[in-house]
Amino acid sequence: MQPFSGMSLLKRGLSGQRGWTAQWRHPEPRHAYDVIIVGGGGHGLGAAYYLASEHRVGSIAVLEKGWIGGGNTGRNTTIIRSNYLFPESAALYDHALRMWESLAQALNYNVMFSPRGVLMLAHTVHDAQVFQRHVHANRAAGVDNEWLTAHEAQRFCPLLKISDIRYPVLGAALQRRGGTARHDAVAWGYARAADALGVDIIENCEVTGIRLDGAGAVEGVDTTRGPIRAARIGVAAAGHTSVIMKMAGVALPLESYPLQALVSEPVKPVFPCVVMSNTIHAYISQSDKGELVIGAGTDAYTSYTQRGGLHITSHALEAICELFPMFRRLRMLRAWGGIVDVTPDRSPIIARTPVPGLYVNCGWGTGGFKATPGSAHVFAWTIAHDAPHALNAPFTLERFRDGDLIDEAAAAAVAH
Amino acid sequence: MLLIDCPYCGERPEPEFVHGGQAHVTRPARPAEVSDEVWADYLYLRANTRGVHAERWRHTHGCGRFFNALRDTTTDQFLATYKVGEAPPAPAAAQARP
Repeated sequence: MQPFSGMSLLKRGLSGQRGWTAQWRHPEPRHAYDVIIVGGGGHGLGAAYYLASEHRVGSIAVLEKGWIGGGNTGRNTTIIRSNYLFPESAALYDHALRMWESLAQALNYNVMFSPRGVLMLAHTVHDAQVFQRHVHANRAAGVDNEWLTAHEAQRFCPLLKISDIRYPVLGAALQRRGGTARHDAVAWGYARAADALGVDIIENCEVTGIRLDGAGAVEGVDTTRGPIRAARIGVAAAGHTSVIMKMAGVALPLESYPLQALVSEPVKPVFPCVVMSNTIHAYISQSDKGELVIGAGTDAYTSYTQRGGLHITSHALEAICELFPMFRRLRMLRAWGGIVDVTPDRSPIIARTPVPGLYVNCGWGTGGFKATPGSAHVFAWTIAHDAPHALNAPFTLERFRDGDLIDEAAAAAVAH
Repeated sequence: MLLIDCPYCGERPEPEFVHGGQAHVTRPARPAEVSDEVWADYLYLRANTRGVHAERWRHTHGCGRFFNALRDTTTDQFLATYKVGEAPPAPAAAQARP
């Protein structure tokens, strides 16, 4: 791996950018690995990186059916925050947020983490009370979150219209450490760092079956590029996790929904932070390219199509135009969908499964990007130790049977 | 946006409907007598089918009635809609429908 530094960039810059080598190899799959990760998104690539850098589990491969970072890692709106209500969630997401803060240094790759502040708007008395409860719960748990009046929110985000609209802004919760990162760079940075540690990243390699031995433990996978043996398999396949896990006879409490986002034409820097509104359902930030990145809600029905209905994105744009009237004349450039795997309690599952040697990291629903480093880190731990890390111990598959739900859906009005 | 063929009202646009989740999920007759696993499966486990999926819809802004549909989740194409209580049509037969 050629390390990036100010000096190396200057040197290549002055010599016509010649001499850079590929950032990761494109190896042919071997017949066997010690650990296989299914899914080459941020969570899977990150897990491979931490397995190689912290746990030394032997040979590792990441199998990706398309190209790395081409699923939800490349399709989300890149919002990062950790102000979840319950202690289990706040601890997990804040673990991730602390890792974001030094990820570029750890990977020697600029993931463009930008803690510009995430503002969550309250439009009703109920919103205001719930958010203030969040603020108190977060502060008690050591997670930064503060309550702003409507005028303070407007000072933080001057474009925001707080009155004379259908749902006036009554106040807002602000997490200053929250922000955005460059989604592709997260996949590429983990891929490059993992590859340098000997991880084989195998693209265009779809898993078509999981092989079990006589005792019911995993012994390998069948893929479109031939069978590959492995005694440990970690699945991080987002919206397709149900499909993969069914191959090993494991049924999961997941449903896959389309979630859409869109970007405007690029404009000069105009929007200083991230604004989210759960009540009128829209969220927005500005990318470093200048596009306004706008997220919509999920479509109503389960689907694997990676597209959704126009009325869903229109609804989000109506909310954006109401909150930020100056954006009414902007044209939208692109819209797309991703397939998100949603659990009944809107919390992830990062756990062992009933099949020995098979591990799963799924159920991130509409908000998995923010958790990428923390999720990958504890998933790697879980695979390496055949036991959960303290931070993901509550996020089991059995919690649904035992009634130990981490019910962020009902209590936190979580958006994305 | 989907065009949904309500068995009572005919084809209407998706915003008139509410999705009702997987169809043909049966509540255990005596919940107190089933194991935690069976009860959790009833509450939380869904097929999440990649392919032809039986699901409920309710024509909220129309007749107000629930009905069932077969839809291919890889294309979002409806293969058939049918009334509650009826058996799902065979996918092949449903596909032959114009």
